[in-house]
Amino acid sequence: MYENPDGVMIGLEVHVQLNRLKTKVFCGCTTDYHNDPPNSHVCPVCLGLPGSLPVINKKAVEAAIKVGLALNCTVEEHTQFYRKNYYYPDLPKGFQITQYDFPISSGGYITIEGEDGEHRVGITRAHMEEDPGRLVHEGTIDKSKYTLIDYNRSGMALLEVVSDPDMRSPKEARRYLDKLRNILEYLDIFDGDLEGALRVDANISIMGGQRAEIKNISSHKGAERALLFEIVRQKNVLRRGGVVVQETRHFDEAREITLSMRSKEEAHDYRYFPEPDLVPLKISGWAPAIKATLPELPDARRLRFVEQYGITDDHAKALTSELKFAIFYEDVAKKVDPKIAAVWVCDVLKGELNYRDLTIEAFKKEHILSVIDLLLNKKITEDGAVDIIRTLLDKGGSPFEIMKEKGLLKVEGDIVSTAAEEAIKENPRAVADYRAGKEKALNSLVGAVMKKTKGRADARTAREMLLDILDKGV
Amino acid sequence: MPHTKYALSAYYIIAMSEASSNLARFDGMRYGLRTEDHDWHTTFSHVRAEGFGDEVKRRILLGTYALSAGYLDKYYLKALKIRTLIKQDFEHAFKDADVLIAPTMPYPAFKIGEKIDDPISLYLADVETVPINLAGVPSISIPCGSSGGLPIGMQVIGKHFDEAAILRTAYTFEENTDFHKTEGS
Repeated sequence: MYENPDGVMIGLEVHVQLNRLKTKVFCGCTTDYHNDPPNSHVCPVCLGLPGSLPVINKKAVEAAIKVGLALNCTVEEHTQFYRKNYYYPDLPKGFQITQYDFPISSGGYITIEGEDGEHRVGITRAHMEEDPGRLVHEGTIDKSKYTLIDYNRSGMALLEVVSDPDMRSPKEARRYLDKLRNILEYLDIFDGDLEGALRVDANISIMGGQRAEIKNISSHKGAERALLFEIVRQKNVLRRGGVVVQETRHFDEAREITLSMRSKEEAHDYRYFPEPDLVPLKISGWAPAIKATLPELPDARRLRFVEQYGITDDHAKALTSELKFAIFYEDVAKKVDPKIAAVWVCDVLKGELNYRDLTIEAFKKEHILSVIDLLLNKKITEDGAVDIIRTLLDKGGSPFEIMKEKGLLKVEGDIVSTAAEEAIKENPRAVADYRAGKEKALNSLVGAVMKKTKGRADARTAREMLLDILDKGV
Repeated sequence: MPHTKYALSAYYIIAMSEASSNLARFDGMRYGLRTEDHDWHTTFSHVRAEGFGDEVKRRILLGTYALSAGYLDKYYLKALKIRTLIKQDFEHAFKDADVLIAPTMPYPAFKIGEKIDDPISLYLADVETVPINLAGVPSISIPCGSSGGLPIGMQVIGKHFDEAAILRTAYTFEENTDFHKTEGS
């Protein structure tokens, strides 16, 4: 049981861009603008020109319902859009079309690896809204002489996923974000690698104080850092006898601190009211058909991997935490021993990729199959296999070529036994130590064999041969 | 039709509330008037101060007020409920009638500028037509006589999507009268 000594309560509001849809949420403009010049994918609707009217994108509603279902939410009978009124240059109409009462879904949960084992974080609601444009500054926002506006992003479908204040540490908040992103990627409605795909606002309070809302968090790591800072700040305020007031704070990513933006009294009156240009949608009948299209989600896949492939839960967890990895593993596991595949894909390949900040796309399935094949046929040693994987990532090529070029073809039989005999002859002291009962002395003899074979001998074979000779040679 | 007496109030609350939000896009950023200022807040404030006339500003202010925190239920949402009741009044009336007939205006045309400083009496001039707008039913106005040399209009109101009936009624009326041929003298 996690004590939570400071009474930390964290709730997150995550803006998810449904960037795998073909078009924006209220007009026919493409969502595929990321490599195009600013303001090249805009129309009267997403520019908010007079006389233009929004038309709801059915696919966006379906995607939003899909997310709601995947987060164990109840999909409402009917859903309605509202206007949130405020002035900002990135908001062309002077209001944002969003939801207020009657959100698309509510009352779900996400299961994360918590401070004390499995932990459920409640999902208050998930509601749809439109993305504003993007403001571009020269250098930093406070030093720039001008602001440019790119409306390509304006009108992209967003889903705001609001959690209950169920996270008790910054680590849990980060795990929640990782898990949410993981689930979203499985649903094929979201590409987390695109700019602005996932944006986070964090609410945090500790015992004896009111909550602060932190804005401008741009990564999962950033969320963890901002929350860590905020806990220390709030504790310091209370320790000095001060009051932690309800306010909105800005996260300064470079300095890893939060700064006060506005107090509760300065909060905007957004004048929410039902959007008169969009009729309420009856969606109660939609959910069953969409539920039938839900893919296998990370938790289910993890359990299946353990059962079907007999791998450890740790391996299954690591492999399913990224959809692309899970698919990669499963393709490999169908062709070789799944347990060996798990070790090489998860322990070795994933580590080497992370070390280089690369994604799984950087490695070919056929290559890991070849490496495992060479290993199982005793052509190379485990060290040799790791060497090949590293070389493939750093320089490219094919496993077989690398094996030949680097001379990694494992030596065995006579060569190893000759090396073992030589090692015994050349190291009488180690032999004597071993015979005197010092088991460790054998290690230096194994080392000598490896040196003579330039690392191409299998360490276990070398050990066995040494023992064989030593036992015989009494 | 018990709820039509609330139509004028409901109509102006809805129209002003929505106008206050609809007109927010006129901020001078993408098109239209642009003043010489140096930052966002003063620029859009000046653009709106200079670009809008008195009546528009009046409606934006009243609409903004009606939508403010604590007033939404009291005004806008209540007006939407009245709108639904008025629509039902019409639907009910059309169970016994194919079309309804009513005066278009409460009085003949007033002089230019006569009511310009009295917005309430200007709004009151719409009392006969706004129930139709709220109910969303079709209506046509045709001449039906004169008073002191000024023409008087009659509106023929029909069911939802039954424009054919009101056009037929108006045409038949014109075929049998001469009001449409006489100009006000």
